[in-house]
Amino acid sequence: MATKVVMEALSPTMEEGRLVEWKKNEGDAIALGDVLAEVETDKAVMELVARAGGTLLRQTVAAGATVPVSAEVGWIGEAGEGVPSRTDKTDKTGKTDKTDKTGKTDKTDKTDKTGKTDKTDKTDRTDKTDGRDGAVARAAPASVGRVKASPVARKMAAETGVDLTTVAGSGPEGRVIKRDLESTPIRLPAGPAGPPYTDTPLSQIRKTIAKRLVQSIGPIPTFYLTTEIDMERAADLREQVKATQGEGVKVSFNDLVVRAVSLALVQHPACNAWWQDDKIRYWHEIHVGMAVAVDDGLITPVIRHADRKTLFEIGAESKELAGRARERRLKPEEYTGATFSISNLGMFDIEHFTAVINPPEAGILAVGSIAPIPAVVDGAVVPRRRMRVTMSCDHRVIDGATGARFLSTVKLLLENPASLLLP
Amino acid sequence: MATLTYRDALNQALREEMARDSSVFLMGEEVAEYDGAYKVSRGLLKEFGPKRVVDTPIAELGFTGIGIGAAMVGLRPVIEMMTWNFALLAIDQIINSAAKMRYMSGGQVGVPIVFRGPGGAALQLGAQHSQAFESFYAHVPGLKVVTPATPADAKGLLKSAIRDDNPVVFIEGEMLYNQKGEVPDGEHLTPLGKADVKRPGKDVTIVCHSKTVGPALKAAEQLAAEGVDAEVIDLRTIRPLDTDALLESVAKTNRCVVAEEGWPFAGVGAQVVDLIQREGFDLLDAPILRVTGADVPMPYNKHLERAAKVDAAKIQDAAKKVLYR
Repeated sequence: MATKVVMEALSPTMEEGRLVEWKKNEGDAIALGDVLAEVETDKAVMELVARAGGTLLRQTVAAGATVPVSAEVGWIGEAGEGVPSRTDKTDKTGKTDKTDKTGKTDKTDKTDKTGKTDKTDKTDRTDKTDGRDGAVARAAPASVGRVKASPVARKMAAETGVDLTTVAGSGPEGRVIKRDLESTPIRLPAGPAGPPYTDTPLSQIRKTIAKRLVQSIGPIPTFYLTTEIDMERAADLREQVKATQGEGVKVSFNDLVVRAVSLALVQHPACNAWWQDDKIRYWHEIHVGMAVAVDDGLITPVIRHADRKTLFEIGAESKELAGRARERRLKPEEYTGATFSISNLGMFDIEHFTAVINPPEAGILAVGSIAPIPAVVDGAVVPRRRMRVTMSCDHRVIDGATGARFLSTVKLLLENPASLLLP
Repeated sequence: MATLTYRDALNQALREEMARDSSVFLMGEEVAEYDGAYKVSRGLLKEFGPKRVVDTPIAELGFTGIGIGAAMVGLRPVIEMMTWNFALLAIDQIINSAAKMRYMSGGQVGVPIVFRGPGGAALQLGAQHSQAFESFYAHVPGLKVVTPATPADAKGLLKSAIRDDNPVVFIEGEMLYNQKGEVPDGEHLTPLGKADVKRPGKDVTIVCHSKTVGPALKAAEQLAAEGVDAEVIDLRTIRPLDTDALLESVAKTNRCVVAEEGWPFAGVGAQVVDLIQREGFDLLDAPILRVTGADVPMPYNKHLERAAKVDAAKIQDAAKKVLYR
C-alpha cells in the first residue's frame, strides 16, 4: 500500500510550509530517511524526510507551492503501484491530472472509490483538520504511516515520553529498536534529579508588581540598566591570544561577553528565569541566546549550557551557529529555549542601544561598540577602550537592584578577563 | 559428587527409587537379562530380581497397557521403550488410557507411571528411527513431558518423574548416554516444570532442551567471541512449560531464539514463541526465530542427515539475526 507524504510540522509554530525544491523525482528509489524535499517554514529551510521506503510514485505539489501542515504533497510505494485518488484541493496541478488519465492509475482510482479506502481517507483528513495547535503538529508525522518500532522500544518510548517519529531506527527497514532509544537523549519531564528549573509561585507582592507595571507600560514592563565597561584588559587578552596562539585560535569580544554573562548568571540565578504568567521559572541550566541578523530578519541561536563551556568552545559554537543561522539551516531546537539573550551591534559602531526582550525570557543585554574614549584613571584623564552595555529587564521577574547586581558582576568579569579563561 | 555418564546417572536414579519404594518396577524389551539395549538397567535384575525387572516380548502396545493397569492398581511402573520410535505402537495406550484415566474417572484413578527411553536422531538410523516426539506428547493434556540434557538432570528428573502421581513421558537423548558430568549423590531431586539457566547472559536468550543444549552452549561460546553475551535456557520439562523462567530471561535480553531437534510445524518452539509473544509482547526487540530439524523425513545419507540436523552454527546464525548483526 502506498504511503502518503504530507507537509510536516517542522517547527513548533509552523502552520504552513513552502516546498522550496524536490530532492527526489517521481520514479526515484526512496530509502527510509531520505531527504525528499526542502521546505521553508516560518523560521528556517528544513528537510522533509521519507517516512517509508520504496519509490516516489507522485509529487502532488509542485516546487514553490505553499501548503498547510499535514496536507498531502506526494506518495511513496512500490514501483508501478497506483495511488489513491486525490482528495486535497491543494493538490490540483496539471501534471498530476495527466497521470490520472493513464489507464492504470484510473483503475486504482476506481477501486478506491468503492467505499472503504475512500472512507479511511476522509477519516484521516478529519482527524488532521479537527485538531488544533500543538496537537496537529505532533499528530501529523504519525499519520504519514505507522512508525516501525519493536514492542520494547514502544514501551520505553511511552515510559520516557520520547516521540518515536523523532528517532532514527537502526533495525530492519528502519525499525526503531531498543538501542536507538538508549542512544537518544531522553527528555524526561521529571527524572529522579528533577527538572532543570524551579517553578516559584508568585508572591502577592510579585503579583501586584506585575499587574501594576503591565498597566503602565504594556505586556512586558521593561526597564533598562546601562553601564560602561572598561575593555582595555579584555582587548589586551585578545591580542595576547592572537600573538601567542597564531591563526585559528581567536577570541572575539562577543565570546568574552557570552562567557561573562554566563558566569554572572551562575551567580545571579534570579536573572536566569522565565515569566510564566502564574509563576516564575528559575532555570538551573544556562542557555544563552545570541541574536544574529539574517537577510530578512533576525534569529537567536542558543548556546546551551554556556556556563559549562570554555571561551574557545563558545567561540567555535557561536561561529558555527551564526553561519548556519544566516543560511537558515538551524533546527528548531537550536533557536529555542534560551534562558537569557545577548544582542551585539558593536560591529556596526553603535555606541549604545536597548534590545527588546524575547519572552518568556526576562532579560537581554544590548552590547555596543568598543571605542577609545577619555576616562579618568588614577586621577588622570587617559584614553581607554570602553564599551557600553544596556540590560533590558522584565520587571515582573527582575527588580532594579537584582539586575544592577548582575550587571556589576558582568562588568567585573569583563574588566578582569583572566577569570574568563578559567575552565 | 561423582562424575557419571548420563546412562549411569539414569541407572542410579532407577536403583535408588527401586530401593526406596518397593512399588517401583521396570518393564520393557531386553531390560533384564540383557541389562537394557543401552545398558541403562545394568545390574538391576541381579539386585531386584525378575519380579521387579521384567523382560517383555516385542509388543509395545501390550506391555504399555499392562504397565498402565499396574499403575491403576497402585504400583509405580517404569516402562522402557527401546526407542521412542517404537512407542508409536503404544501411543494409543499412552494417550487414550494413561493421559485420560484420572480425568475420566473423576479423579478416582490416577496413573503414576513413567514411560522412558531414547528419542531423537542418532547417526544414520534412517527416517523411521530418527524422530523427536516431544511435541507429540506435549500436545496431550494429562501427560507431563520431560527431556533431560545432562547427567545431573537425568538423575534428578527421573527420580522426580517416578515420584510424580501422573503419567510422565521421559525422553532421553540417544546421543547423550555417554556424556559425562557431575551428579549429586543420593537424594537429588530436580523438580518437574522448572527450566534451568545453563549459561547466564544478557544479549539474547537461546531456549533449548535435550540434545540441542550442547549446540546451544557451543553457539553461545562462539557468540561470546564476537562480543555477544547469550543466555542459554534449558527447558528440561516441556510440559508443564516454565513460563516464568522464559519471561525473566527475555525481559533481560529482549531477544530470543528457540532451538529444538524436532520438525518445525507445531513444534515445541512454536509453543515457546506463542507464550513469549503473548505474555511478553512488550519485552521483545526483535521477532523470535526458531531453529529446528529440517521439515523432511530424516535422510539416511550422512551429509544430508547432517544438513537436516540442528547444530551450533545454525543457532549462532539465528542469534545474530535476532540481534540484527
